[in-house]
Amino acid sequence: MSSDTNPIRDAIAEAIRDNKTILFMKGTPEQPACGFSARTVAALQALDAPFAAVDILPDPRIRQELSALSNWPTIPQLFHEGELVGGADIVAEMSGSGELADTLGLAQAESAPAPEADAGPAPLGIENRLT
Amino acid sequence: MPTTDEIKRRIEAAVPQSSAEVEDWTGGGDHFRATVVSPTFDGLSRIQQHQLVYAVFGAEIGGPIHALSLTTRVPEQA
Repeated sequence: MSSDTNPIRDAIAEAIRDNKTILFMKGTPEQPACGFSARTVAALQALDAPFAAVDILPDPRIRQELSALSNWPTIPQLFHEGELVGGADIVAEMSGSGELADTLGLAQAESAPAPEADAGPAPLGIENRLT
Repeated sequence: MPTTDEIKRRIEAAVPQSSAEVEDWTGGGDHFRATVVSPTFDGLSRIQQHQLVYAVFGAEIGGPIHALSLTTRVPEQA
């Protein structure tokens, strides 16, 4: 086996590249298999953030290759636009401070000022929604 | 099985001028929570700060240390 052929690592790198926001976790968003993963999913769902999710449990090599790629030893791992945002602790911290919404490019429900009336007709200019 | 004292000592030995508080989160000796304060963190992103601490333990994280929950801080200016 050639050492530069690493289909699992390639697939992980591709998933990170192709998905704007992607969470590597234990279990699924519907059924997280670990409290840290559950909390991270909850933080994303609280923002209505669209994200792709990968369950790392089915194959231990996924975690091994992911951690080698990201230089991050624990699960979950959240990536946005190809960059590691953090694990459960960082996501929790960012979620509490409102930073998570900013980082993910989401409008923040509670602190976003409502557009003022003098802005004219329906404020359609800004679309922060991810599709 | 690592102890909270051992984890504290290792972090403080490896991260310059750091002080660490470590607790056993679940009482089971494998889920730990640490708060690490060091001027070394100044200017680093949170990711880089945590990576510095995780690097102390390498492959032990995910092994004997099932989880190490981190809070990192630069010391407050007096």
